[in-house]
Amino acid sequence: MTDYGASTPFAQAVQIDDPELRAAFAKGPFISIPQTEALGIKFLKLEHGKAWTKVAWREDLVGDSDTGVIAGGVLTTTLDHTCGGAVQAALGKFLPMVTLDLRIDYMRPAEPRREIFCMAHCYKVTRSICFVRGWAYHDSEDDPIATASGAFILLGEEHKGYDVEAAGPHASGIA
Amino acid sequence: MDDALKPDAVAASIARIPYARFLGIDFEVKGDELTLVMPYSEHLLGRPNPPALHGGVIGALLEIVAIAQVTATSGVKRAPKTIDVTVSYLRSGRPVDTYARAHISRLGRRIANARAEAWQSNRFDPIATLHGNFLLRADEP
Repeated sequence: MTDYGASTPFAQAVQIDDPELRAAFAKGPFISIPQTEALGIKFLKLEHGKAWTKVAWREDLVGDSDTGVIAGGVLTTTLDHTCGGAVQAALGKFLPMVTLDLRIDYMRPAEPRREIFCMAHCYKVTRSICFVRGWAYHDSEDDPIATASGAFILLGEEHKGYDVEAAGPHASGIA
Repeated sequence: MDDALKPDAVAASIARIPYARFLGIDFEVKGDELTLVMPYSEHLLGRPNPPALHGGVIGALLEIVAIAQVTATSGVKRAPKTIDVTVSYLRSGRPVDTYARAHISRLGRRIANARAEAWQSNRFDPIATLHGNFLLRADEP
């Protein structure tokens, strides 16, 4: 179960040193996202425009039973989710948004039975689009397993009825 | 030349992906056409309210259909390695069954270039598309 589930305030489970960011994320109602909970993705840390997560190796998440390497799709979901977190951390608030596109480059296979860390940086926010890069790695982002590059679209006026409070902070990078 | 895909070979290639089972993915083969089916399940959601499938899950389905199509078409037993994939999200994935098919644009000696589409109720109204490059791995002698 993820640390930001209904019972655990997100800001207590995640390292947020920036006081403004911590205040912004402490206010949010925190609900669980079924797929990220099923994969066991955990947020570790937030900074302005940056987010860190991890996902543990699991036998049922393997993409090739001959090698035991975790499936590319798990990295896609984890990177997407981390990128969504970086967008929220750049905005400093919860805004509904969806992934417009996401490119993943695979540099090398992940090592079986080791957890994977992801870092994402939202480096540009425009009125409606946020641009993000992400890295998946074991030890250091300088030796990536995979990198991601994506664009997220902030939902506009037509989504005024969207229930942000109910959807929670990580209703991001999603859908 | 008979281009029909062998259902047994497709089943074997998907059986080697435990993560496909985690997603609940099944498949259908008709002649040379392979369709993956991902039945709706609550754990696939990325947003509970209003419900929408997680984009990562849709990307994963597209990558798996491309890998399965490349494996079945190339006749190589070992799954190809993904080099890169780009997923475009066209509309939100509703909480219903999702389907995916892939088309190989070029099958070279080392690289396969593929495109894939995922849709729900309407085959011609895709919810997401993928294009990607895959590195073929020769079977060990």
